[in-house]
Amino acid sequence: MDMKQYCIIGNGVAAAGCIEGIRSVESDAHITVISREAHPVYCRPLISYYLEGKTRLENIGYRGHDFYEKNNCTVLYGQEAARIDAASQKVRLKTGEEIAYDALCVASGSIPFVPPFQGLDSVPRKYSFMTLDDTLALEEALNKDARVLIVGAGLIGLKCAEGILHRVKDITVCDLAPRILSSILDDECASIMQRHLESRGIRFLLGDSVAQFEGSKAQMQSGETVDFDILVLAVGVRAETGLVKEAGGNVGRGILTDTKMHTSLDQVYAAGDCTESHDISCGQSRILAILPNAYMQGHCAGVNMAGGSEVFDQAIPMNSIGFFGLHIMTAGSYFTPEEGGELYEERGEGTIKRLFSKDGYLTGFILVGCTERAGIYTSLIRNKTPLSEIDYEMIKQNPSLLPFGKKYRVEKLGGVV
Amino acid sequence: MGINYIYPEFEVVRNDARCIRCRVCERQCSNQVHQYDKDLDLMISDESKCVNCKRCVSLCPTRALKVVKSDCLLRENANWSNDNINEVYKQAGSGGVLLSSMGNPKPFPVYWDKILINASQVTNPSIDPLREPMETKVFLGKKGSDIKHDENGKLITKLPPQLELSMPVMFSAMSYGSISYNAHESLARAATALGICYNTGEGGLHEDFYCYGPNTVVQVASGRFGVFKDYLEAGAAVEIKIGQGAKPGIGGHLPGTKIVGDISRTRMIPEGSDAISPAPHHDIYSIEDLRQLVFSLKEATEYKKPVIVKVAAVHNIAAIASGIARSGADIIAIDGYRGGTGAAPTRIRDNVGIPIELALASVDKRLRDEGIRNDVSLVVGGSIRSSSDVVKAIALGADACYIATAALLALGCHLCRTCHTGLCNWGIATQKPELVKRLNPDIGSERLINLMNAWRHEIKELMGGMGINSIEALRGNRLMLRGVGLNEKELEILGISHAGE
Amino acid sequence: MKRVFVNEKWCLGCHLCEYNCAFANSGETNMAKALKNVKIRPRIRVEEDGDAITFAVSCRHCSDPICIRSCISGALSRDETGTVCIDHDKCVGCRTCILVCPYGAISEDENGVIQKCELCVKNAAGSPACVAGCPNRAIIFEER
Repeated sequence: MDMKQYCIIGNGVAAAGCIEGIRSVESDAHITVISREAHPVYCRPLISYYLEGKTRLENIGYRGHDFYEKNNCTVLYGQEAARIDAASQKVRLKTGEEIAYDALCVASGSIPFVPPFQGLDSVPRKYSFMTLDDTLALEEALNKDARVLIVGAGLIGLKCAEGILHRVKDITVCDLAPRILSSILDDECASIMQRHLESRGIRFLLGDSVAQFEGSKAQMQSGETVDFDILVLAVGVRAETGLVKEAGGNVGRGILTDTKMHTSLDQVYAAGDCTESHDISCGQSRILAILPNAYMQGHCAGVNMAGGSEVFDQAIPMNSIGFFGLHIMTAGSYFTPEEGGELYEERGEGTIKRLFSKDGYLTGFILVGCTERAGIYTSLIRNKTPLSEIDYEMIKQNPSLLPFGKKYRVEKLGGVV
Repeated sequence: MGINYIYPEFEVVRNDARCIRCRVCERQCSNQVHQYDKDLDLMISDESKCVNCKRCVSLCPTRALKVVKSDCLLRENANWSNDNINEVYKQAGSGGVLLSSMGNPKPFPVYWDKILINASQVTNPSIDPLREPMETKVFLGKKGSDIKHDENGKLITKLPPQLELSMPVMFSAMSYGSISYNAHESLARAATALGICYNTGEGGLHEDFYCYGPNTVVQVASGRFGVFKDYLEAGAAVEIKIGQGAKPGIGGHLPGTKIVGDISRTRMIPEGSDAISPAPHHDIYSIEDLRQLVFSLKEATEYKKPVIVKVAAVHNIAAIASGIARSGADIIAIDGYRGGTGAAPTRIRDNVGIPIELALASVDKRLRDEGIRNDVSLVVGGSIRSSSDVVKAIALGADACYIATAALLALGCHLCRTCHTGLCNWGIATQKPELVKRLNPDIGSERLINLMNAWRHEIKELMGGMGINSIEALRGNRLMLRGVGLNEKELEILGISHAGE
Repeated sequence: MKRVFVNEKWCLGCHLCEYNCAFANSGETNMAKALKNVKIRPRIRVEEDGDAITFAVSCRHCSDPICIRSCISGALSRDETGTVCIDHDKCVGCRTCILVCPYGAISEDENGVIQKCELCVKNAAGSPACVAGCPNRAIIFEER
């Protein structure tokens, strides 16, 4: 029998997970990785840490320098897939070259979403903040006198702000939403973080959007005018679903898969930010563009592509993010009392803990400044641990293993897990 | 509160340059000597509560602690010692009987330390125990003095029941209640691994420890706690306890507060009721009465188990032992006045009874003189501190020794002599669960096994030196002993010559 | 692989493991020098409920560690023995591992990146200091 051929579209963390998943089952097959970027796999969130000086280019690689070699992968750098022919099991590259596969994993990630701002073309220095190349380009433009306007107060925009603050003159962040980090924080927590960022010198224009750009000047909808030297567009991202959609696969906002990460196309799997996941904290299908999910989905896809068996059915949104020493962790879904949710809240000196539970399960949490041992809460959500089985009163106050009871501890601390 | 007349006996000395405020001392002291003061960022000590058990000293990771005897003493007086005076203060304050624990600490002579052991030179060869077999195994029980034949002229080899020990040492009686579950488990597991016996004491046998029965001596004392058919059948031997060395003539009293849970169940008395062991057995007022109990127990155990009678070493011990031998007992255990205890009235502990060395020598002689030495085995205790004490005891006439204090030391006891408080920081003489767990029987049994193996090696070395390759051949071999610094009377009672003779 | 196992039956809650851990990872040769006036950041932590229940928790070195799967920088990995190790040079301190570890066994170190038990393979102790220093064999290092 010929050696099996696996193909992965994309070279991000999901792809790395897929490679490791395949290799955990099969050591012989050949793997082709189609990488749009000309870099070995790195983790995109590291780009802000790079600008901040917390990591260096030589350290930014997600895996060792011999990763592909060790795993017998051919990486096609700078190449893009043009279409998938699921019937004949081939990927056609933009160059026209065709790659036959026995199993394919689409890990194409997401692309920045840029709204059609009027006059955007007139902005001389504008950057996205998604890739390492974006970052290197932005870095070249940075200088101590630069005034920066960041459009988008989400994770990407704010991490960018943190990363470059010490290298520029000032930063203004605007967002159409009335609060920062609107996808993961509620009003109060967002305002705590906003004050923290403001104390470091970042200015916010919230509930406001650019009406029009005129060169290095943004005319805001509120009427305010912002002069800037550098524009960073961090409005949002969209899942890259085109290839699968055009090949006739089922897509929603992201590529749809089953729990083995298999798409509706034969022998085509998908993983990472381009997919939708079944969020077990709310029971809905949504895009969970976060790194742990990407790796775990990729790994799951890889295992199944190679004939093994793995399911990924514990997806929840979760984020750990810090700005200038103030850390926030969030996970799951926050149900309001009207939706049948229950809230436990604890406040300390500059800290807030909010635990959301519903129907006897922990469904989500927001931790501001009190993130120690948060994984214990996360595990309650991921494992859907009935709160009746533990001492919830105790664990609310202090995430620890005590409330789990002796049997659990004997098993987990006295055995191999 | 009035005047506190008694100045603390110990001082807690902390080297602040080393103290890292880890607070291990604070967490480990059940007497609450140590306390962290947050405002001062300082560990402070209340030495008035310190019993000098050295738990904190042992666990301090930077060796920042020591506990020393206070030099804040009363004016020196050869007659009125500090102890005498403090005891008067205590009693003048409390009106009560003074209580103490463990053995008599007074400076009475220790005869073991005035007896020396012989070795072979030239005229008889010594034996190298590393190269030649050495027998330390002993059998305790009636041996019979005559050779008997059956009607066909065949030798009758059937002996009364014997207790087989791989070495002439047993762990002596300590009840479940006086010591912890984990201490008992340590003793039971070690005895089993070593091929010797431990002794339940008068507290019954915990249901978990029936599996160690073949290495267990079950005790029947005046309170008869926990005694029933299964209990008697579980053990390798049954011991009737008449008295113990630390408190001859005195009964026992375990307060109702300690009779909880397992202890109540094991002792077979209701929770919260005081466990009172009467001073005498109320059914034994004579040797004849004793004989009845001995044979009741033999009957109950179908004559399959030897019966031990344990008495304290007191003035008439030789005559008492002779009586016990005639009562039908298989083994006599004699406990000297230095034997330990969980709690005893101080005056009794420190003033009643006689040294085991003298008691042993006179009992062995008396039984031989009366021609009944082979009717019983002799086991002595109180206090055997080392393998050389064992060897001297055997040469003075014992078949085996009982050790308890040495075993407790192996388990971590530091002889602070405050067992009666129930706050043992080493998890031995306590029933408080958080203290009991401090003694992990995995470690405890291992240390006991180590200790006994070390003694076994040393016993073999000493035997080899004397040219003796079987412990049985050493028994009563007083020619192997010499006294040093002893007067004529002492030498006469011990039945040994003076060194140089 | 050999792992650290905890038996709460024998844990005394003395917290010595925490201090031995902090000392072993301090790089100092004298404990007083290493830990005097220092707020320790042990990689093993004792949980307690009064005197009744006490036990220590450190990295379980899971056979399929979620911390490694979630690590954004690739700083966490398993070495050839299976020990979950952290490359402090690569770690950017995002704390995603803290967010996912179901045992709460990962914490922040004094430099803002993360720390976790690495079985003392990288320090002078050579084998787990918590185990060596446990007075009651409540922490054991063995193959199970």
